[in-house]
Amino acid sequence: MSRTTSQSTLEPMASPRRRPTLGAAALGRVVVVDGCRTPFLRSSTGFSELSSYDLGRLAVAGLLHRTRLDPAAVSLVVMGTVVADPATTNLAREVALGAGVPASCPAFTVTVACVSSLQAAVEGVRAIATDEADVVIVGGAETFSDVPIRYRRPLRRRLIAAQKVKGLGGNLRLARGLKPRDLLPEVPAIAEFSTGETMGANAERLAKRLGISRQAQDAYALSSHQRAAWATAEGLLAQQIEPVYLPPAFAAVGEDNGIRRDTSAAALAALRPAFDRRFGTVTAGNASFLTDGGAAVMLASEGAAERLGLRPLARVKSMAVTGADPREELLLGPAIASPRALERAGVALDEVGVVELHEAFAAQVLANLELLADERFCRDRLGLAGAVGTIEPERLNAWGGSLAVGHPFGATGARLIATCCHRMRHEVARFGLVAACAAGAIGTAMVLERV
Amino acid sequence: MARPAASFRIDRRRDGVAVVTFDVPGASVNTLSTRLLDEVEGDLAGLLTDPSVRALVLASGKPTTFIAGADLSELGGVTAAAQAEAFSHRGHVLLDRLASSPKPVVAAIHGAALGGGLEVALACSYLLASDDPATVLALPEVMLGLLPGGGGTQRLPRRIGLPAALPLLLTGARVRASKALRLGLVDALTTPGRIAETAARAALALANGELAGRRPLPRTAHLLTHTPLRLIVLAAARRQVRRRTRGLYPAPPAILRCVATGLARGVSAGQAEESRLFGALAAGREAHSLIFLFHASNALKKAGAGDQVRPVSRLGVVGGGFMGAGVASVSLPLVPVVVRDISPEALARCARGVHEGLAKQVRTGAITPIERDRRSSRLRLTTSTADLAGCDLVIEAVFEDLELKRRVLAELEEVVAPTTVLATNTSALPIAEIAATARHPERMLGLHYFSPVHKMPLLELVTGRRTAPWAVAVARAFGIAQGKTVIVVRDGPGFFTTRILGAYLNEAMLALEQGAVVEDIDRALRDFGFPVGPLALIDEVGIDVAAEVATNLSAAFASRGLQSSPALPRLVAAGCLGRKNLRGFYVYPPAGRRGRKRVNHDVYTFFGGSGRPHVAHRELAGRLSLMMVNEAARCLEEGIIASASDGDVGAVMGLGFPPFRGGPFHHVDAAGAGKVQDALRALAERHGARFAPALPLVEAAKNGTRFFGE
Repeated sequence: MSRTTSQSTLEPMASPRRRPTLGAAALGRVVVVDGCRTPFLRSSTGFSELSSYDLGRLAVAGLLHRTRLDPAAVSLVVMGTVVADPATTNLAREVALGAGVPASCPAFTVTVACVSSLQAAVEGVRAIATDEADVVIVGGAETFSDVPIRYRRPLRRRLIAAQKVKGLGGNLRLARGLKPRDLLPEVPAIAEFSTGETMGANAERLAKRLGISRQAQDAYALSSHQRAAWATAEGLLAQQIEPVYLPPAFAAVGEDNGIRRDTSAAALAALRPAFDRRFGTVTAGNASFLTDGGAAVMLASEGAAERLGLRPLARVKSMAVTGADPREELLLGPAIASPRALERAGVALDEVGVVELHEAFAAQVLANLELLADERFCRDRLGLAGAVGTIEPERLNAWGGSLAVGHPFGATGARLIATCCHRMRHEVARFGLVAACAAGAIGTAMVLERV
Repeated sequence: MARPAASFRIDRRRDGVAVVTFDVPGASVNTLSTRLLDEVEGDLAGLLTDPSVRALVLASGKPTTFIAGADLSELGGVTAAAQAEAFSHRGHVLLDRLASSPKPVVAAIHGAALGGGLEVALACSYLLASDDPATVLALPEVMLGLLPGGGGTQRLPRRIGLPAALPLLLTGARVRASKALRLGLVDALTTPGRIAETAARAALALANGELAGRRPLPRTAHLLTHTPLRLIVLAAARRQVRRRTRGLYPAPPAILRCVATGLARGVSAGQAEESRLFGALAAGREAHSLIFLFHASNALKKAGAGDQVRPVSRLGVVGGGFMGAGVASVSLPLVPVVVRDISPEALARCARGVHEGLAKQVRTGAITPIERDRRSSRLRLTTSTADLAGCDLVIEAVFEDLELKRRVLAELEEVVAPTTVLATNTSALPIAEIAATARHPERMLGLHYFSPVHKMPLLELVTGRRTAPWAVAVARAFGIAQGKTVIVVRDGPGFFTTRILGAYLNEAMLALEQGAVVEDIDRALRDFGFPVGPLALIDEVGIDVAAEVATNLSAAFASRGLQSSPALPRLVAAGCLGRKNLRGFYVYPPAGRRGRKRVNHDVYTFFGGSGRPHVAHRELAGRLSLMMVNEAARCLEEGIIASASDGDVGAVMGLGFPPFRGGPFHHVDAAGAGKVQDALRALAERHGARFAPALPLVEAAKNGTRFFGE
């Protein structure tokens, strides 16, 4: 493995201590009050008429209700989203206004692919740690039911030029050279910009490199669905879901609809590889699916939480955001960012009771687990003395993960934080770790402590 | 040129535009009074003749009104027809001078331009309005039993055409800025900031011929206004007015007469008619009653002076039915609302009700889409009582069942803080009984909303024997914030409105038992002025609901010899529930099918068979209405209502007692207490002791006093 990682174009990571960071003391004053989300629905099902604005607003409104906080007490809103709706480019601002947060509260939107709402949380924690804000709502929303579909470049160029030309003649001249193909719409690219490779193809690349079998991937995916189905039946996920009532039926939608309660190893094994038809192992069954949803988390300074009568679930111990090589390390964010966050928190992996890891692909989860337990990777790539450690299945994604619950890009990070906090309370665990990878090979990790 | 005590100031600008800014000192809004006319007449004439003034702008110095209309307090005093006529005539002379000036006059309208205020604007050559939600234009005189006496009946049809003008004149409907532009009521819209400055620029451009003035009427509107085709429009309007008012309200036909005269014989003839009829209406009983109701309900919409009230920052509603959804809807503009219902289906219906209400408000331009979202974000639907923790006021709107209500309140007491006010929405169950098992009866009270909540203006707040004043203050302030006219009444069977309604409806039953005919009863009371007859009303409410209320009231009524008709429960048993199952006193066509309701002759089997001895119309109207009036007087005697004024407002706004009669107590004043007492005694002789006149009536008759001052 060290052989393959050495192909990285990046320098080995410098020691985290040499970087300027906010001290653990400042972070420790930041608490997570609560988190919640809309149900996550497969795209083009129940939320197909909603925009990311609607989904974000529903999540934030739900959060305000369950915390009973006067919206006037919110001092910042940060939301993440990936496929931005051109009508709401600053999604956070529109969501805040629509949810009843006063206009005097600033809001901004971040976009870091699948860790967008984790980045939103990072920004929120920073704002509180530096005393710029004391109650921050972070979160994110995504819809894949209505993505902005564009005209192709040749037509776009002419449409923009058409605003300046006059008369029929001018317009006709513009139309010259336009091919019928140019009139076809263009959907947002899913390929990595710097490498031209899709996520799925990269998951294949990773699985092959580390020798992660189809069987292992399917088994992991099956377990994710089974855990999510169990957590739904036990009412554990209901704790984080704010039901929504939508026209025309207005019946409460209170559960995720992507969880396959009835799936089996055989059913998963029957699926054809999606990205490499002949030699591949990544299928629609062991990859996350297109999902619509919104999620939100309330962060506060310890002092503000006390003053406002809020009952926090956890304290933020540390966070880490990393970049890596977009071809060979695209999906390794958790393995690269988690050790750094743990070190900053001064917490060993063994001490962490609850791990919430984003599941983009079963292969990606298994790869990250393997690398964290791999001494050579940890030594050569991360510059650590030895392996970070193993994460047993009991600690990992016990209520299911993105493979089963779904993955609305902008909302997943906030879901991970909410689930981590709720699990820590439920399992009476002291420490929790949240980690995720994102396009562009960005990794984000956060260590939380139950209060 | 500002003069400190004046109602307006004049700014003569260097560019030749004179800006007249109305700003009546010491008042929050501008109103037109004789004093204002005295002040403005000379100055305005001066500006119009001054050659250095090229154009005029009329603007307001008030934040949210242009001119809110005539000073009603003054008009309330104008009871002599001649005086009102003279006031109107003076307005005509002044506005004619404005309208006939060759100089452009621009009205800069931001905020309410109502009644006389809009008439001032209509006399201008160019109307510039702000595109602000605060900007509304209307001629609401008809709602007060008056007519627009400042040329409104003349200038409005000429400006926007007869077909568009008639609804505004005859209903007093309010028009927002965007619709006003569409109608041609205003010539242009702008933003509110420094609107007088924008208007001055418009005035100058008009004077220089750089800006086109008013658009001519569209062809169809022109034809229907200025050719004999208008006679068809007017005839249709007359028919509609006759059908709607049943000849009881003199203002709408008077308005039509002014409009017709003006279009046939010119503005000055029309205005002469306007002044004459304005005088007659202002001196009439109808305007007197309607103006009283306007003032009395406005007073009940204002929080008591010095009321130190804990604000409600979160409202709970138990029961997501039609009533609960209605209460939630009118509260969402104010605070977060948590609606709890055990049934997810009920919550879904509640969500739909709130959603549809908001969607309609967006459609009509009452609120923006983002405000809709903000309001809908404040709604939380839940099946868990625990989610009601943190509410400062919880309104329970479950079924009218004493045990159920007690259980709900007990559950609530487990969850909420001791300072949370618990209100029960009931139309008849005594608060004392509901609160009997409560741990903290002092924070319990009744809030009797009327259905549909968003439309009905009245809220009857019922105080139990042990209800604390602080709890009343919290609920009253919240009701007022919801936009309700709140009357505070004492506990007792049926409180005030349900009780007097119960007596009235029961009398309808007894009349049926004696042989009256269903349609006679309903027609008699509609001729009296009720919007629906008593039997059609029972059908609308539901016979089962009415039976339930009647049963609740019967014990109290029986104790003083007012026997309750046993017919309603029998009708329910026979499967007649009213409109909801298409069978009641009437048979209704199935939903979606056209057709009119017909009398259900089967009901006569419960009222002595099909032989119906004729009972005179007049006797029926008098008998039923006096039953209600007498019961209202009894409520005053027992202190159920605090004043005759509250009683009048409650009966009109809650029950549809004919507004032009001003309410039961105004009705007595108009007829004379002596005559009412005699009529009741005569009825008592014929029908029994239940008609024995209540003490306040007897005393008023004896002393020759009135419930309201001369």
